[in-house]
Formats: sequence, C-alpha cells, structure tokens
Amino acid sequence: MAVPIQHKSPAARAVQAWFNPLKRSAGFLAFVLMRITGIGLVVYLLIHMVVIGNLLRGPAGWDSLIQTMKSPWVLALDVVLIAGILIHMLNGLRVTIIGLGFGTQSHKGIFWTLMAVAVLLLAYSAWLVFTK
Amino acid sequence: MTNNGFFGPKKTITLKVLRYKPGAIDPPRYDTFRVEANAVTTVLDALEEIKATQDSSLLYRHSCHPASCGTCGMRVNGREQLGCVARLLEQGSDVVVVEPLASAPLIADLVVDMTPFAERFAPAGMRLVRESEFNPEAETPVGVETFTRYEDCIECNICLSACPVANTNPAFIGPAGLAAAYRALVTGERSPAEVFAYVDHDDGVWRCHSAMECSAVCPSNVDPGHKIMALRRELVTYKVKRFFKRG
Repeated sequence: MAVPIQHKSPAARAVQAWFNPLKRSAGFLAFVLMRITGIGLVVYLLIHMVVIGNLLRGPAGWDSLIQTMKSPWVLALDVVLIAGILIHMLNGLRVTIIGLGFGTQSHKGIFWTLMAVAVLLLAYSAWLVFTK
Repeated sequence: MTNNGFFGPKKTITLKVLRYKPGAIDPPRYDTFRVEANAVTTVLDALEEIKATQDSSLLYRHSCHPASCGTCGMRVNGREQLGCVARLLEQGSDVVVVEPLASAPLIADLVVDMTPFAERFAPAGMRLVRESEFNPEAETPVGVETFTRYEDCIECNICLSACPVANTNPAFIGPAGLAAAYRALVTGERSPAEVFAYVDHDDGVWRCHSAMECSAVCPSNVDPGHKIMALRRELVTYKVKRFFKRG
C-alpha cells in the first residue's frame, strides 16, 4: 500500500525506519541488530523472572522445570540467547569506540571484525551448551 | 533492449512514482510510467520526460542537474540519491521505485518541505552562501589532498532522510546540522560555548546511534557521521577540562 513514511503512525514509522536494512550499509545493519537484540534481551529478562518464579512452587515444580530446560529445544534457545548477548555486547563496544571519536572511518571494518568474533564465540558456546 | 546510439543500447524501464496531492490524490498511490533509458539516463531525466510527454501534473524539485544544488534529493529503490546523477540503468532492476525523502513533511508527489531541514543550519553557524568558492592567490596547505571536505554540504536533506533516528524523532538536529556545528567549531566561526550550547542536549549530538547511514548516502562526501563523533569527542574534552579547571 502506498503510504509514505510521513503519513504513517509513529509505530509504523519506527518499524520502517529502524528495522529495514535493505539497500543500507553495514552501519545501518549494526543499528538494526542492536535494536532487535536489545528488545530480545528485555523480553528474555521478563521471561526469566517468570521462570525463576517457579521456585515458589517448591522442589517438585523446580525439578520438573529443570528437566524441561535440558531438552534440546530449550538448549537451542539458550544458544539464541547467547547470540543476542554477544551481538549486543560487541556491537555496544563498536558504538563506544566510534562514539568517542575513534575509528569512525573504519566503522564497517570494526563491525565485521566484531561480528566475526561473535560468530567464533557463539560456535564455542554452542559446543559447550550441547556437550557439557 | 533496443539499439542504440552514442550512449549504448536503450532499455525500457518502468518507474513506479509515488503520487500525492492533498485532496486530489489522497490517499497516496504509485503511478507507473515507462521510459526508454540508456547508460547515461538519470532518474531526473526520466521524470522530466514523463512530465513532458506522459503526465504534466507530476511534481518534483530540481535545479542545476550536475549535483551542485542539492535540490533533487529523492528515494530511488529505497535509497536516498540525487535524481540528477542517479543513473536509471544502475539501480539494479527494471522496475525503479521513486519516492520522496522520508524525514521532511510531504507537500505533493516527490516534493517535501525543506524548511525544518534548513532551520537546523542557522543556529549551527553555517553560512548558506560561501564567501568565495576559490581563491587562486590563497596559499594551499601542505597535504590538502588528504583533507576531508566539510565545506561542501549541498543541503540536500538526504542524510536526514536516511537517518533512522531522525525518521522517528523530528526534534533531532540531525547529521547535516551537527556536521555544520562541528565545522563552525573547528573554523572558529562560533565559540565552543556557543556550539556546545546548541548540540549538548538529548536531541543533539547524543541522540545519534551510530548507524552512519548519513555518511553512506551523502552525495558530497561531507561524512557527517564522522563529524558527529568528532564533535562528541570535542565536547567531552571541553567538559573534562572545564571540570578540572573548577577543581
């Protein structure tokens, strides 16, 4: 539907302006990843508090929850969580470095280097999650 | 593809142009036009042909044609470009979508209101008219070829349209205004106190989230993203020095 951004609601403007990296550069992709992982981590914290609330149900409730947590699907979600943490943390490092005026003209290289580090750390983390 | 001519074979390109006229074409819609394009046909050439031969009601802004005036900024296939130098066959598709810039109020078709953008320059201390374009008697600094240009902002509004923050926070000074403030600071046109009073607040230099898309789309190599970060560094240094002077 032909709706220019000027005519969209604030929420629709945010979706279009913040989450569409098509035709954009590496810096914009970093911006999008920062938003997605940031929102994801906030949602995770809320879920985490609800899950931890199972302690109130006593040992039986907690033990059954731990069994669920050991299933491959939940372990896979753990890997997704670690990916979010790594991307957000390392991207934050990039934002801090260039935000202080250093390496602004190498920001794309800094981003791709840090994302490569994230991939390596994620692979090692996934191996630990599924084998230890 | 048809033959031929000095600038290579011609190809038919479909332009989907956003149309909007308050009260007449409202809500907005995309109109489809077909034009013949060769290697040097620009988006602005195509729009001019459409206006001349297919729909005289099409509205767009332009002036100089060689990327000097910054008047014909628009979104071509989702990316901000100057229509006068954006070549149609280099857009990567046979269907090219042409839309107005995103971060300014839409007046009609491809025309946006540039007033809010222009208003960001005056407080930054940036002159809209240069004192001289070129002085042949001036001494050329050593290593001038390595200098980054920031005299050359053509006020096209493209950086503001590409900035994800400016698109959701109209109060943000934005890349061009902050780059102009940095220029005013380093050239001494404005005192540090004046410049920092303009940029040191929630919607100023701290609102930038380092997407750096402003620098990616700037058609004049102003590199406003770099200027914003340099301005932050100058501001932090200024505050630290002031803190210890007080102590």
